[in-house]
Amino acid sequence: MTDPRLEIIGRRLEKVEGIIAVSSGKGGVGKSVVASALALSLRDKGHSVGLLDLDFTSPSTHVILGVEDLYPEEEYGIVPPLAHGMRYMSITYYSLDRPAPLRGADVSDAIIELLAITRWEELDYLVIDMPPGIGDATLDTIRLVEGIRFIVVTTPSKVAYETVRKQITLLRELEVPILGVVENMVMKATSYIREQVEAERAVYLGAVEYDAELEDTIGDVGALRKTQFYRTISGLSKKVS
Amino acid sequence: MHEWALAEGVVSTATRIAEEKGLERVTEVKVNIGELQQIEEDIFRFALDQLRTPLLKDAEFVFETTPGRLRCRVCGEEWSFSPGGLSEDVSEAIHFVPEMAHVYLKCPGCGSPDFEVKEGRGVYLASIKGIVRDD
Repeated sequence: MTDPRLEIIGRRLEKVEGIIAVSSGKGGVGKSVVASALALSLRDKGHSVGLLDLDFTSPSTHVILGVEDLYPEEEYGIVPPLAHGMRYMSITYYSLDRPAPLRGADVSDAIIELLAITRWEELDYLVIDMPPGIGDATLDTIRLVEGIRFIVVTTPSKVAYETVRKQITLLRELEVPILGVVENMVMKATSYIREQVEAERAVYLGAVEYDAELEDTIGDVGALRKTQFYRTISGLSKKVS
Repeated sequence: MHEWALAEGVVSTATRIAEEKGLERVTEVKVNIGELQQIEEDIFRFALDQLRTPLLKDAEFVFETTPGRLRCRVCGEEWSFSPGGLSEDVSEAIHFVPEMAHVYLKCPGCGSPDFEVKEGRGVYLASIKGIVRDD
């Protein structure tokens, strides 16, 4: 039996100019908030932008951006609604606030389903908040989304970077372009991550200082835009756009 | 209207396979429909009909339905998917993304959400028949 969904994923994304996957080998490094702020900053610069949350077991961009009471339109598939001027797609339209206890193969199937049925309009950028790690979901997304390019998020921690290093190696082996590495939640300036990234011959996109104000802005895009965190991400977005 | 997206996939896949196999005309496309996806067959058939490519212009679309069978990974209980008792919202969520079954359904034996969908998940192209080009 042949899966007919695989045939149409490329067609669903053909009007998208650039696909940027924000990922991390490890959870808890701020991947989702970086993805949300990156998408928002590209929108604020006048680009047409979509944001796709593929972190199905822990979706959070809807919380960060305060997306509520939206639902996709059905039109020869599904059309993501506008949230803060961006086309926004998340599994939470269907799972609501309930846990989604999905095993790896189920996550893959759900990702394939969503990629196959979601109709993206003409976009300058589609930012994808990726599932953490390098398991089924990440491998399938890489396999199915042509032209995907990665931003890898780490913290200054050696523990976090060790997983990021493995992720960079994997992406290289899969011949997936890496736009660069973002060092998030920096509390004390050191050159460790920059040196490590450059030793891998990857691009160090920059450091994002830990912003104690950020938590208070969760769900409030207006407040998020006023943070130092957002200004830094907005600056970094010029390097990847 | 989600049926249109799946129909587009079926037509596109059947057409590609027919071209690869050197068929000049497809006579039958058999589609397996998993019960979990709760496809509205009238809409699906209409969409397939509207999306026909020249190679599929005379093809008959044949549907076979696979009942949804679920098996608990904790206690081993097996049961049949029954859309009848679901609310409209839950039914629609599973219709769009069948994996949402894990969000809303529980094992009737032990209450665990950790189960596998053994059969009847979604839509698959089962087979195509056609006439091979002479050359």
